[in-house]
Amino acid sequence: MIEIKDNPELPMDREEDEQSSLAWFGRGMRGIFSLPAFILMLSFVGFCSLTAQAGIPVQQVVFMVGMVWALPAKVILVSSMMSGANLAAAFLAVSLSSVRLMPMVAALVPELRASRTPTWLLLFLSHFVAITAWVFAMEKVPQVPRERRVAFFAGFGITLVAANMLLVAVVYHFVADFPPIIAGCLFFLTPVYFLASIWHSARHPVVYVALLFGLVGGPLFYWLFPEFDILLAGLVGGTLAWLVERLWRQRKEVGV
Amino acid sequence: MTWQDGWWAYAFIAIAGWLATDIWRWLGVVAGNKLRDDSEALNWVRAVATALVAAVIAKLILYPTGVLEQSPLWLRVGAVGLGAVAFFLFGRKPAIGIATAIAALALGLWWLGF
Repeated sequence: MIEIKDNPELPMDREEDEQSSLAWFGRGMRGIFSLPAFILMLSFVGFCSLTAQAGIPVQQVVFMVGMVWALPAKVILVSSMMSGANLAAAFLAVSLSSVRLMPMVAALVPELRASRTPTWLLLFLSHFVAITAWVFAMEKVPQVPRERRVAFFAGFGITLVAANMLLVAVVYHFVADFPPIIAGCLFFLTPVYFLASIWHSARHPVVYVALLFGLVGGPLFYWLFPEFDILLAGLVGGTLAWLVERLWRQRKEVGV
Repeated sequence: MTWQDGWWAYAFIAIAGWLATDIWRWLGVVAGNKLRDDSEALNWVRAVATALVAAVIAKLILYPTGVLEQSPLWLRVGAVGLGAVAFFLFGRKPAIGIATAIAALALGLWWLGF
């Protein structure tokens, strides 16, 4: 097994250090002009038409984008608001849909942090994690020097949230009636993009196996236990995928 | 009170939206801080996170909301299948897979009279 160690810290001029972090923050910001950011924005146009049809005022929609950020959680929040669910029920529904953020953040943190990264900074930055930012970060961050990864992710995450808040504030007024084919394609972009980019960006063999197990597990557990389907598909499917890949890896090591 | 009344709507979004999602992100930071980036435990966490996202993807394709709710299942699965074939045939470029799947869906919807 290859062990990757952080570079021994070199004595660095403080000013130069800050400048370099700022430069990486800027490179992260430029991630807004990427395919994933573009597709996410199109998905937010779709979300806009959903909220406009639900009659939620635009100020509240913008507030929601900034505060909740994760798109599936927002869709569930909007549908709870529309059906007049009480606070506790809405909280529970959104919580259940968001449990997946925990392993996502937990997998990202060891990639992001450097030896001196304070925990409060990671807690703050974790707010910007949702599927798109996660997929983007898992793909790009390994090419960023470890000491600059936090700055890079902050630049990307903060810009992405701010841009989408602005987008929603503007587009909300224009989405009234999209032709159905456009609306359908906008919706479909999200799952198709997630699939392609997860496969493309996987750097660990276990990711391919887990992707396949999750795709099968999602509908299977929806059929068996609809309330906890995503959670169970992740835990059971992910654990099985891990076991299978581990067994395969060990066999290969023994065989060779 | 309903969600439409001024400040209550914002409080509702803050509690049922923000708190309900950020709690999990914070727990993720706490858990992730304990993981070494070459450990078997992180490999398991990675597998669970990927499978969770995959399950969300499968549900979006199989049980969509809005316009696609009325579209036939074979069209959606077929469009993803064609996208996957194009993705693997032409150098695994995400843009090719995505464009193929969306074009197939758009054509199908048009052909079905949407």
